[in-house]
Amino acid sequence: MNLTSNSATSTSTAHQDIEKFHGSSLELQNLTMAYGDVEVLRNVSLNVAPGTTTCIIGPSGSGKSTLLRGVNRLHEPKSGDVLLAGESALKVKPDVLRARIGMVFQHFNLFPDHTALENVALALWSVKGMSKSEARERAKRRLAEVGLAERADHRPRDLSGGQQQRVAIARALAMEPEVMLFDEATSALDPELVKGVLNLMAGLGRRGMTMLVVTHEMGFARKVADQVVFMDEGEVVEIGTPTELFDNPRSERLQRFLSEVL
Amino acid sequence: MDWLNTISRTFFDFDAMVEVLPQLLGVGLLNTLIISIAATILGVVMGMVVAVMGISRSKWLRIPARIYTDLFRGLPAILTILLIGQGFARLSQSVFGPSPYPLGIIALSLIASAYIGEIFRAGIQSVDKGQGEACRALGMSYSKSMALVVVPQGIRRVLPALVNQFIAIVKDSSLVYFLGLLVSERELFRVGQDAAVLSGNLSPLVMAGIFYLIITVPLTHLVNYFDNKFRTGRRRPTAPTSGLKEVKELDAASPLITGSNT
Repeated sequence: MNLTSNSATSTSTAHQDIEKFHGSSLELQNLTMAYGDVEVLRNVSLNVAPGTTTCIIGPSGSGKSTLLRGVNRLHEPKSGDVLLAGESALKVKPDVLRARIGMVFQHFNLFPDHTALENVALALWSVKGMSKSEARERAKRRLAEVGLAERADHRPRDLSGGQQQRVAIARALAMEPEVMLFDEATSALDPELVKGVLNLMAGLGRRGMTMLVVTHEMGFARKVADQVVFMDEGEVVEIGTPTELFDNPRSERLQRFLSEVL
Repeated sequence: MDWLNTISRTFFDFDAMVEVLPQLLGVGLLNTLIISIAATILGVVMGMVVAVMGISRSKWLRIPARIYTDLFRGLPAILTILLIGQGFARLSQSVFGPSPYPLGIIALSLIASAYIGEIFRAGIQSVDKGQGEACRALGMSYSKSMALVVVPQGIRRVLPALVNQFIAIVKDSSLVYFLGLLVSERELFRVGQDAAVLSGNLSPLVMAGIFYLIITVPLTHLVNYFDNKFRTGRRRPTAPTSGLKEVKELDAASPLITGSNT
């Protein structure tokens, strides 16, 4: 998979003013999460440097999604700590924290009775307190960035999966987050459209966004990630650079996993 | 053909029907509509409160909502109307004056709100959990995500059930006559019944019945129409398209977003 297939055509004029993101650092310290009495994540520690991409791989049920939901506290951690830009995320109000962290879901979760534009604009005026016209302006720009300027007035049901996911990415980016979380963002897409969305994500990383990406796309993890985390049974089994994990897996569990998926 | 004659004189006495018509139109229909619409509006407002309390995470809101619903759904309408209408007659007198009309409306709206609360609750709870999560992930508070995204979706899908509830209220509004209404306050049933005493046959009541049907039958069909529309008419058929179209669209956008010339 060639994730930068567009580099040849990208030398035109329109994008010299490409905006840089200012991603923050993210650190998990002994994060433990539970549903009722069942601990689904145990003692996970992880360091994500500002502007880097960390891919989390592992079998279903290994706690990858739960980990993401702990970072923005959609599910409250049982113990441990999450540090966003060096400060504990557990000490601020959840709403305030989440406005600083963007999240993209496997099933898009767009608002079906809002147009693409309204999907992006909603949180801008209702959370950020922008005026509605200001919010629409910014939403338009964000949609244009993900190639959907012409579909701004379409409702989600009139968009393809790939388009819907790009709206969802624009919606999260419009909030100017410091960290982006992707929860299997391409798992529900047409195979033909996966690459486009992955390209888009890779571009965010290159522009300086801090990203935590749960994915089954090993090609993406290998090419784009600065750090790869392999999880199983709610624990981190191995952390390292893509080369370390994919070419020299140390643990037997990861060797086994890679032999099944690659 | 003696029996045919009897039937026609009992139920379809043309003169008696014509005679009661102006009263049914000017007094009965008007009051039935006023009582029903007022009770429905109050019932919708109170029902929304009961529904939101019923799905609250606090049991101090949930339990009262549950008891309220069980109480007013479990009692016969006539009993509630008499208890409220006579029990609070003195209180009502100091607020609304001697007429039991307002109390009748309140009693009907209490009953209606218990049903409407359940309708709303079911509607809100049927909205995909991901909708609320997407809102929360964008930094919206629980109440904002409910008010802006979840509740509107829930309401839209229960519109047919609400129209059904209105039909039930129209029919139940006839019970208000038990409270003893002034001549000018009589609704369809009471007007018909009074006229039936005078005419000595049931024709005026048949006429009143026809008026009820004129209100309820078109509404029933309206419900069916909406129901069908919501279920099937939503999607316009679209011509088959090539996936390449979107791949191209993405390629056109990608240089901007990927910033791959940097």
